[in-house]
Amino acid sequence: MYYNKEVFAANGTTATPELASNGTLFRALRITIVYAALVAVFQNLFGFALAVLLERDNWLNRVARIFFLIPVLMSALAVGYIFQALLKPTGGVNEMIGAILRHPFDYAWLADTTWTIVVVALIHAWKWMGLSMLIYLAGLNTIPEDIVEAARIDGASRWRTFWAIRSPLLAPAVTFNVATALLGSMNGFDVVQATTGGGPARTTEILNIFIYRTFGQGLFAQATTMSLVLFLLVALMAFPVIYLLRKREEIL
Amino acid sequence: MTRPAGLSDRAIWRRAQPVVAIAGVVALIGIPLWLVVVTAAKSQGEALNPDLSLPGEWHLLDNLRRVWTDADLPAAFFGSLLIVVPTVAGVLTFGSMAAWVLARRATRLNAILYALGISGIILPPAVVTVVLLLRQLGLAGTAIGMIGVYLGIYISTVIFFVTGFVRTIPVALEEAAQIDGAGPFLVFRRVVLPVLATATILICLYVWNDVFYAFFVVGGRLDTLPLNLFRVASAGLYLNNWHLIFAYVILMSLPLVVVFAVAQQKVISGITGGAVK
Repeated sequence: MYYNKEVFAANGTTATPELASNGTLFRALRITIVYAALVAVFQNLFGFALAVLLERDNWLNRVARIFFLIPVLMSALAVGYIFQALLKPTGGVNEMIGAILRHPFDYAWLADTTWTIVVVALIHAWKWMGLSMLIYLAGLNTIPEDIVEAARIDGASRWRTFWAIRSPLLAPAVTFNVATALLGSMNGFDVVQATTGGGPARTTEILNIFIYRTFGQGLFAQATTMSLVLFLLVALMAFPVIYLLRKREEIL
Repeated sequence: MTRPAGLSDRAIWRRAQPVVAIAGVVALIGIPLWLVVVTAAKSQGEALNPDLSLPGEWHLLDNLRRVWTDADLPAAFFGSLLIVVPTVAGVLTFGSMAAWVLARRATRLNAILYALGISGIILPPAVVTVVLLLRQLGLAGTAIGMIGVYLGIYISTVIFFVTGFVRTIPVALEEAAQIDGAGPFLVFRRVVLPVLATATILICLYVWNDVFYAFFVVGGRLDTLPLNLFRVASAGLYLNNWHLIFAYVILMSLPLVVVFAVAQQKVISGITGGAVK
């Protein structure tokens, strides 16, 4: 037991200052937080837009919902490979943009040190937007029709009915979706690994990619430190986020 | 704000909505899936630079057959089953048994145990430490070690869902069932298990598609479908062989899509039923 304690102490004392001093730790932390925030925003925007679009219960909308659930079923790794192929400089997306602009377009979507993190977050959000859509649809269904009807009779416009009556009643769905999106992207790995592998120049190297890389290089101390940091970070972020969202539900 | 304006607004939306919905499906889902199918049907030369064009000659079945044999897909498929089935059965059984007691016996100790039990929803597993622990226990690289890790990760979700649900069932209902001769196990199976649909579906998806934890715990020893895809796509056999990668993606996604297509109504109502309470 004494021996174990020493090993752990040695791990902690050597790895942490080294990681902190060369900036790797804070860099990976910052990238992870930016990634998680972007995914949470995009996934909820897409999911909500889809839910509002496909709200009415007819056969067309039911079929459309099923299509939007296909990415949720697919492996995130497979989704990553699909978008790696689509977003190549000579890939499908540039092909279509080129056809619309009528001149060749060859932007390297996954090789931009500033914007690639946004692109990867969009892909992650694309994979999970179907689930958010379902949760928002369930939330929209819980709103009693007579309240909406009453507001309409009172002369409230469509917009106003929406913002004043329906959106507050969606609070539980928002809580669930924001929390799952944040936690899912903090623990993200597959999508980033399959699209960029952490590049270009490690600008998309989120914590789990870092852990994977250092573990592969046999740097166990660094990998352990990072996985401990990830644990603390998610714990620190998750409790206040869930608390805040719950609080908001109570007020409304 | 006069009513005719509101009505015409609604009429416009009613006309435009189907068009927007179809355009959304085609652009957002159709194009990526189209890419998968046409690329999986191309020859190696054509697939070198994957684009949206149709293949000159359809090689879809050849490519699927090649993936099936070369990448040892059946072994990976059974590896996945070997891990997913016990994991899901285990989390459902143990998680809901624990949840029932935690919901029904309100003691201080149980409150603490409940808080501990659901903390795993939020706290991520410190993966390297887990691997080192498994090595000490001699379980690293085994299916049992992998199942244990997943049980630890997902049992919190089950405890959380089931405890919340059991608290909404009046004790009187349970007593009535008992008087009618239904034992606790029958009550549990008939009443609690059906509401676990949301948790079950999400856990199946997460475990079936997981590559990160599987890489650390059983990587190189036991193959699962995502691990196999990861291995063959990132090194050696399939590097830049997009036609084979996408043939693999098709074969790998097929089982889940078929299950979903068959049980689609149940899956959707299952997911939406439990989440927003």
